Amino acid sequence: MSANCDELEVSVWRGDRLSGHFEVFHVPAQDSQTILDVVSWIQQNLDATLSYRYACRVGMCGSCAMMVNGVPRWTCRTHVKKVMNGNKLEVAPLRNLPVIKDLATDMDPFFDKWIAAEGLHHPTKTRDEPIETINPDSTMRAEANAGIECINCSVCYSACDTVAGNVDYLGPAALQRAWTLFNDAKDSGQNAILEAVSGAGGCHNCHSQGSCTVFCPNELNPMKAIAELKKATTKSFFKKRV
Amino acid sequence: MLGVRLYMLQRLTALIMAPLTLGHIAVMIYAVQGGLSTAEILSRTQGSIWWLLFYGSFVVAVSLHAAIGLRVIVHETLGLKRPALNILTLVVSLLLLFMGARAVLAVTLT
Repeated sequence: MSANCDELEVSVWRGDRLSGHFEVFHVPAQDSQTILDVVSWIQQNLDATLSYRYACRVGMCGSCAMMVNGVPRWTCRTHVKKVMNGNKLEVAPLRNLPVIKDLATDMDPFFDKWIAAEGLHHPTKTRDEPIETINPDSTMRAEANAGIECINCSVCYSACDTVAGNVDYLGPAALQRAWTLFNDAKDSGQNAILEAVSGAGGCHNCHSQGSCTVFCPNELNPMKAIAELKKATTKSFFKKRV
Repeated sequence: MLGVRLYMLQRLTALIMAPLTLGHIAVMIYAVQGGLSTAEILSRTQGSIWWLLFYGSFVVAVSLHAAIGLRVIVHETLGLKRPALNILTLVVSLLLLFMGARAVLAVTLT
C-alpha cells in the first residue's frame, strides 16, 4: 500500500461456491490494517448481510482463515500492506471446503477428518491414577511439541493440492495431529493411529509438495509430520510381517 | 486412494527397478561400444536364464510400479473412484506385464 493510497478496492466473494460471484467494495485504507479489519469494515458499514467467521482476532482461535489474493491466510494477523496487489484485494472463502455463505465455509469435513485420523485423545490412565510424568527432553516429546501449536485454522488443508484432487485424503492438519498424539506419552492410541493413517485416504497419499508447511501461519511443519507417519507405518508394516 | 500396501508395493518395486535400470544402461553402453549386431546380442540372450531373470524381474516390477502411479494420477486428475479405479489398476498392470513378458520371452527363449 503506497502512502497516498487512501482507498482499497476489495473484491469479496458473495454467495456459495457454485452460484457465487465477486462483489467490489471500496474501503478506506488505514495504518496497521488487517484483512479482517477490512472485511469487518465492509460488514459494519457497507453491507450488513456479509457473512464471515472470526472470534479471537489475535491468531489464537483459527476461525478467520480466508483466501486472500488467492492464498490461504489467517486474516486477523495478515496486514493489508503485506498482501496488496496495487490497491486491490481479493477475499474469498477457504479452498477445499464447502461454502455456507460468502466467506464462511463449512468446517465439518475438516474436523471429521481429524476424527478419522484418530486425532482424539486415547487416555492411558483413569482419573484416579496419578498424572503421567512427562520428560520434556525426550525425543518423542520434542516431536509432539513440534505440532502442538496447531490452531485448526485449516489454512494447510486449503493450501493442499492433494486434498483438492483427492477428497478422501485426510489432509495435513489431521495427519499432523495424529503424529503429535502418536508421540504423546499420555496417549495410548499408537496402533489405532497407525491403522487410521494407513487407509486409502491416509498419509501415503501425500506428494510432499509442501504447501501446508509454506502457508502454515504458525510456522509448523505438517509435511515433516506426514513424512514421519510414513516412516512409522513402514516400520509397522514390516514388523507385522516378521 | 493409496493405502499402505500399495504404497509399500510401489516403493519396493522402485527399489528393484533402480539397480536393474542401471544394469540395463550399462549393458546398452557396452553393447554399442563394440557395435554388437542383433544376431550377436540374441546369441547371448537366447537360452540365458540370467537375462530372463534380469529383464523378467524388471518387467514384473514395472507393471506393478507404473500401474500404481497411474492409479494415483487418474484418481486425482480425472476423479475416477473405486471399484473402477481398482479395475483400471489391474488392467494396466496386466497389460504392461503381458507386453513386457512378450518382449523378454522373445529375446531369451531359444
